[in-house]
Amino acid sequence: MQELICIRCPMGCKLQAELIDDTLFVTGNTCRRGEEYAREELTCPRRIVTCSVKVQGASEPLSVKTESGVPKDMVFECVAAIKALCLHAPIAIGTIVAENICGTGVCVKATKSV
Amino acid sequence: MLHYDVAVIGGGPSGMAAALAASKEGASVLLLETEPRLGGILNQCIHNGFGLHIFKEELTGPEYAHRFIRQIQDSPVEVLLNTLVLDVSPGRQVLAVSKERGLLEIQAGAVVFSTGCRERPRGAIGIPGTRPAGVITAGAAQKYVNIDGYLPGRECVILGSGDIGLIMARRMTLEGAKVKAVVELMPYSSGLARNIKQCLDDFGIPLLLSHTVVEIHGKNRVDAVTIAKVDDNLSPIPGTEEIIPCDTLLLSVGLIPTVELATKAGAELAGSQVRVDQHFSTSHPGLFICGNTLHVHDLVDYVTEESTVAGQFAAAYAKGARPADGREIPIQPGEGITYTVPQRLTGESFRENITLRFRTRRVYKQARLVLSSGGKTIASFKRPVMAPGEMQTLVLKPELLNSLGESLSLHVEE
Amino acid sequence: MVDVAIIGLGITGAACARELSRYHLRVLGLEAQNDFAAGATRANSGIVHAGYDAKPGTNKAKYNVRGNALYPLWARELEFPFIQNGSLIVCHDDGDLPGLQALYDRGVQNGVPDMELLDENALHSLEPNLSPACRGALYAKTGGITCPYEFCIACGENARENGAEFIFNAPVTQIRREDGGFAITAGEKIYHARTILNAAGLYSDAIHNLLSRVPYRIQPRRGEYQLMDNAAGAFFTRTIFTLPTPMGKGVLISPTVDGNLYLGPTSLDSTDKEDTSTTAEGRAFILKKAAESWDNFPKNRFITGFTGLRAHLIEGGDDFIVGSAPDVPGLFDAVGIESPGLTSAPAIAEDLSRQIAAYCGAKKKDNFQPHRPAIRSFRTMTNEQRRQAIAENPLYGHIICRCEQVSEAEVLEAIRRGARTVDGVKRRTRAGMGKCQGGFCGPVILEILARELGCDPTEILKDAPGSNILVGPIR
Repeated sequence: MQELICIRCPMGCKLQAELIDDTLFVTGNTCRRGEEYAREELTCPRRIVTCSVKVQGASEPLSVKTESGVPKDMVFECVAAIKALCLHAPIAIGTIVAENICGTGVCVKATKSV
Repeated sequence: MLHYDVAVIGGGPSGMAAALAASKEGASVLLLETEPRLGGILNQCIHNGFGLHIFKEELTGPEYAHRFIRQIQDSPVEVLLNTLVLDVSPGRQVLAVSKERGLLEIQAGAVVFSTGCRERPRGAIGIPGTRPAGVITAGAAQKYVNIDGYLPGRECVILGSGDIGLIMARRMTLEGAKVKAVVELMPYSSGLARNIKQCLDDFGIPLLLSHTVVEIHGKNRVDAVTIAKVDDNLSPIPGTEEIIPCDTLLLSVGLIPTVELATKAGAELAGSQVRVDQHFSTSHPGLFICGNTLHVHDLVDYVTEESTVAGQFAAAYAKGARPADGREIPIQPGEGITYTVPQRLTGESFRENITLRFRTRRVYKQARLVLSSGGKTIASFKRPVMAPGEMQTLVLKPELLNSLGESLSLHVEE
Repeated sequence: MVDVAIIGLGITGAACARELSRYHLRVLGLEAQNDFAAGATRANSGIVHAGYDAKPGTNKAKYNVRGNALYPLWARELEFPFIQNGSLIVCHDDGDLPGLQALYDRGVQNGVPDMELLDENALHSLEPNLSPACRGALYAKTGGITCPYEFCIACGENARENGAEFIFNAPVTQIRREDGGFAITAGEKIYHARTILNAAGLYSDAIHNLLSRVPYRIQPRRGEYQLMDNAAGAFFTRTIFTLPTPMGKGVLISPTVDGNLYLGPTSLDSTDKEDTSTTAEGRAFILKKAAESWDNFPKNRFITGFTGLRAHLIEGGDDFIVGSAPDVPGLFDAVGIESPGLTSAPAIAEDLSRQIAAYCGAKKKDNFQPHRPAIRSFRTMTNEQRRQAIAENPLYGHIICRCEQVSEAEVLEAIRRGARTVDGVKRRTRAGMGKCQGGFCGPVILEILARELGCDPTEILKDAPGSNILVGPIR
C-alpha cells in the first residue's frame, strides 16, 4: 500500500493505492482521475513539463508545455531537449514546436506568442 | 472627460472577466491596464494547472489569459494599455495616466477594482542580517526567469511555502539552479498539496516546516542564510540554528491585496480586506471589487467566477439598478475561520445560490463547518480536511438564505 | 595638480565640494564607493536638529545652530526636501520635567530660537497619537527633517555644475607629502593636490593618521531603524525624541519628508566599520522603546529596516574636529562627524571652504551658480503640472514605480545625472521605496539601466560592486 497525493486537480486528494497483479486498489480519491493517477503513478509516473526556450528574433523567451505527461525520470532530459530547440520568431500560441520530444511520443506546444 | 458605464481597473484575469461580464450585460466598458498587455500575473505563470473548473482542461497561465484576451478582442470592451490609474473619486471619476494620452479623466457609472495583490517584502517581516543583492520576492524572480529570461540565482533557499514559492522551487530547479530548502514558519504548508508533491517531492527538495530564516549573510550578494526551528509561538528556538550557504533567498511570505485605490475612493475595510456583499459591491455605492484585490485566491478559476458576478452587478448599477432597501446580514467569521467573502448579504429575499468562500485558521481533520444564525445552528457540513492554504467553499441555497435572522456566522467544530 | 582633494563624498564632503566650488579652486572629490552618500549619510535619522542638545561652546553646538539656520536657504537653492516640522522632546515621568528645563536652558545658551516648554495638555493637543505616558515636552520649533542622501546628491550635482570633478570607486590607500602638496593614491591612480579635505566619515581617522602624528580613532556606533510605509507619516507631524534618563535613551519617532515614518535608532558601539546588518535584538528594542511614547502602534506598516554607522571619535577628543591639522599644513579635517553632522554640514562646509580658500589665496567666482534644479517628480506635481510635463516629455506619463508614482522620465533623468545602480536610481527618484519595495518596479528599473548604460542586465548592480542582481541568462 502506497500513500500518494493526486496531482490531477488542485484538491490534492490523499490516496492509498496498491497494484496487485494488475488490479488497482485505491482509496481516498474523490473522482475517477484519482484512479487513473494512482495507476500511472504506480506503473510509470508521468509529468507535464513546462519551461521556456529562447527564440531567435524575439525579445522574450517562449513558454512551452508538453501536451501530455512525459515519464517522470525523463523530465530533465526533455527540458534539455526543449532548451536545445532552434526556434525563430514569430511563433503563435498553440504552435507545436517539437514532436515526439526525446522519443516520448509527446509534442511540445507554444503557450504564448512571440 | 470620457464617459463609460463601467471602468474596470486592472486587466488580469479578474478585470478581464469583470469587463466581459459587464459588456455582455450591455454596458459600455473601459478596461485599464498598467502593463503593455492584458493578462496580469498570469503572463509570468508559465506552469500548468489553470482552468480545470472553467475550461475542464489544464492550461498554463498565458494560455488561460489568452482565452480571455481573445474574448476581449471580440467584444466591445475598450482597452487602454500602459495606463496607470492614479485615483478614483467617491463620485466614480477615474484619473489615469499614460505615455500616449497623458492624464485621462473618466466618469464611470460604476468602477470595478481588480488590481490584484503585491508580495510582502523582506522588511515587512523584519528578517535580520545584511542587505545584499539576492533577496527577492518569488514573484519578481518569476518575472526575471519567465519574462526577462534571466536567472536571479544559482543556489536558493526559499522562505515561505505558498504556491508561488513552491512553483519557483521547481522552476529554478528546471533552469539548473539548486534549491536547497523551502523553509516554512508554520507547522503546515500554505500551498496546495499537489504543488508540494510535484514541485518539491519530485525533485527531492526538503520542506522544513516550523522553521524560519533568522539571519541573512553576505556583504554585496547573499552568501548564506541562517535558519532555525520555531516554537509554538513561532519564535526561533536558540540552539537550533543552521547555516545554509546560498546566493539567493526567495521570499514567498504572503500576498497583500492592493486595496489603496478602493479605500481612498470610499470603500470600507473589514479587517484588512475590502468589505463586500454577494454582488461584490463595496460599502460605497457603485464601487465593486474582485479577484486578488478582494482576497487572495489559490485558483484563478474562482477569480473568474467571482469577477464575472462583480462585472454583472457593476453593469446593472451603472444602468440604474439600485439594491432594494432590504436587510443587511453581516457574516461573522467564528472559531477557526479567518475571513469570509462576502462579509455581508444584502437584499430582501434570495432567489439564487450564493457562494461563500473562506479560509480556516489552521489545519482541521474530520471537522464540521457550522452555520448559525441568531445563536441557532441552521446547517452543518462535514469536511475531511481543511487547511489555511486551501480556500474553502460553501454554496448557500435560497431556502437557507431566506430563513436567516439578523446575522449569519460560520465556525468550525472538531 | 588640483587645489583641493576631498576624500569622501558623504554629506560633509559633498557640502564642502559645493562651497569650495564658489571659489577659483580646482576641486576633486574622491569616493571609495560607487555613489554619493554611501556611508553614514545613507542611513541616519534625517533630522535637522535645533541645537539644544550639544554642550555649549563645542564645535557640535556651534555648527549645529549655524547649520540649522542655513538649511532654509540651502534647501531653496538646491531644491532638496526640508520641512521645519519641529521637534518634541518628551518625558515619561513628572520627575523628569526639570530635565526638560535644563535642555531648554542649554538651548538658550547655544542660541537656539523658538523653544517652548509644553505641559501634558498642550503636548497631546499637538500630537494626539502620543501615549498618555508622555507628561510634558520641550518643543523646538526650528527642528526639521530632510532627506540626507538627496541633500548630498544635490550638493554633488551643484558642485559639479560649478566645476568640481568627482571620481568614484577610488578608495584612498596612500598619501605622500610632496612639494607643494600631496600625492594621493586612490583606486590604482595617483592624484596630486595642494590641499586635502578629509571628510572620510568612519575612515576619517585612518586618512588623518596617514599624515599626522597626532592620531585620532573612530569607533563605529550602530544605529538601527525600522521604517513604515508612505502613509504612516500622518501619525505624527513633529519629530518625537525622548528625554534621556539614567534609565536609558529612547528612540525617535519621526515622519520623513516623503510621508513615511520611522522608529529608531538603537545606539551600540561596534568594531566593524562595514557591518550594517540589522538584528532581531535591535528591532525588538526599537519596538519596545517606541511603545513607551506611542502605545498600540500598527505592527503591519513596516516596510524595511536598516542600520547606519556613526563615526564616533574615541581618541582625540569628543567633539567634531574641524579645521587645519596642526602638524600637517594643507590637511583640513572633518573628523568624528556624527550627530548632529547632517545638520552641521552646511556650516562646516562654509567654514572649511573659507579656510581652504584663504590657504590657497583663492577668490570667489563671479559666475557661481547656487541653484540646482531637483528632478521634477510626478508624485508631487499638481494635475496641471503633470499635463504640462507629459506634453513636454511623454515619458512623464509612463509610471514605472506604482507605489511611489515614479515615471520613466524621472528614472532616465536620474541616470543622466549619474545613477548607475538600482539603489542609485532609488535614492534619486524613490522608485522602489514604496510598499512593495521594488517587487514590481525592480525588474523594470534593471532593464532601463541596462538599456541606457548599454550593458548586459547581468552587469547591473543593486548597490556596491559585487551586488549583481542577476547571475546569468536562462539556458
